[in-house]
Amino acid sequence: MSAAERILSRAVNEITPGSIVNLGIGLPTQVIRYLPDDFDVQIHSENGILGAWKQSPPEAMDPFLIDAAGAYVSLREGASLFDSAVSFALIRRARLDLTMIGAFEVDEQGNLANWKIPGKFSPGIGGAMELAQKTPRIVVLTTHTDKHGRPKILKSCRLPLTAKACVSRIVSDLAVMDVTPQGLVVREKLVEISDADLQARTEAELTFAA
Amino acid sequence: MKKNQTLENAIAAIPSGAVVMVGGFGNPGTPFSLINELVRQGQTGLTIIKNDANEPGHGLSRLIENGQVRKLITTHIGLNKGVIELMNQGDLEVAFHPQGMLAEKIRTAGAGSFGFLTDIGIDSEITQPEDLLEWQGQTYKVEMALPAAYALIHAAQADWIGNLVYQGSAINFSPLMAMAANHVIVETPDLGAPGRFKPEHVHTPGAFVDSIVPLESLTSEYGVLEHHVRR
Repeated sequence: MSAAERILSRAVNEITPGSIVNLGIGLPTQVIRYLPDDFDVQIHSENGILGAWKQSPPEAMDPFLIDAAGAYVSLREGASLFDSAVSFALIRRARLDLTMIGAFEVDEQGNLANWKIPGKFSPGIGGAMELAQKTPRIVVLTTHTDKHGRPKILKSCRLPLTAKACVSRIVSDLAVMDVTPQGLVVREKLVEISDADLQARTEAELTFAA
Repeated sequence: MKKNQTLENAIAAIPSGAVVMVGGFGNPGTPFSLINELVRQGQTGLTIIKNDANEPGHGLSRLIENGQVRKLITTHIGLNKGVIELMNQGDLEVAFHPQGMLAEKIRTAGAGSFGFLTDIGIDSEITQPEDLLEWQGQTYKVEMALPAAYALIHAAQADWIGNLVYQGSAINFSPLMAMAANHVIVETPDLGAPGRFKPEHVHTPGAFVDSIVPLESLTSEYGVLEHHVRR
């Protein structure tokens, strides 16, 4: 399994039946492919969909129906479509249960940075600030280190923050970690790796659950 | 009153230096035909308000690549590395807003109000001390309404008095922008006589619309982008 497949196949277990879930741009939108066809969930896409579902075959694809990352989606029975003001009213009124979101950096206080690398790559805020600030549960999906092998899970974010103390859980390609008042607690490992080796790839201090 | 206009005449109403809202989130809702005519006519120094910059060579990206845009007010341009590069070089001024804040600023202008109070981004770098308001013991961020002189809108269906119906995820910012701009220009591939819609199914009432450009057909730009098809 690739790093992305490890993250996605673990992340799908974060979705509880009956919940309303937003999937962010990048890895999170791909989680939808890992859900069983009959799973009871409503996927919210901030461009104005409640009830987004898996991509249709090419002959049935609707060019006027995409997710927030631009990928074509279908609609489940009971789906609704609405404008951007309504879509963000749903978010700010905390009607979502869970948001899965990508990160440039995340830290042991649960701070999240994912919109701006000054002077290099600033994709913009998109829906991230409102999702991070207002969804009751935020799960970050990220590779444990960046493409240069540097830790993305830090003691304290250095990039401009998207939102403070918003992250509940981090699912990386190596481990599942919870943000707690005592810092990051490793709940599961997704590969064979020693505690020392996992710590060496993480700037934040990790606690290992018994 | 019939609001039908030719593509050329509808876009000729926009002067250089204008503030123009453009509907669409990614491809759906992007009024490609109106944008392409703006590229052809060559108005410059434009301030554009749009959720995103489309993707390279498409829609709003063409207008930016052609040097006609001075400032872009947006939420996310992560799918357009060329536009990020123009921003980094200082050739394009870009103002980022949280997406729901941009929508609400436009909605507020469209509702004839002047601003609203929020806590979104209140302790992030997008908030300056002068944006804060203390009121009855609470601290809020003031977000001002964002109006525009013009809006360019794609509607799935319209009638010639300007009633509009959108489809799929192409609703997004369009009904908000249709309310917030002083002069609203709509393109549609399906224009018909009044009476075609059940009145309670109209998304944007015709009084908000100034001109309607009928499209003979939708070009390939409106179709499926191959690189967004998952194999």
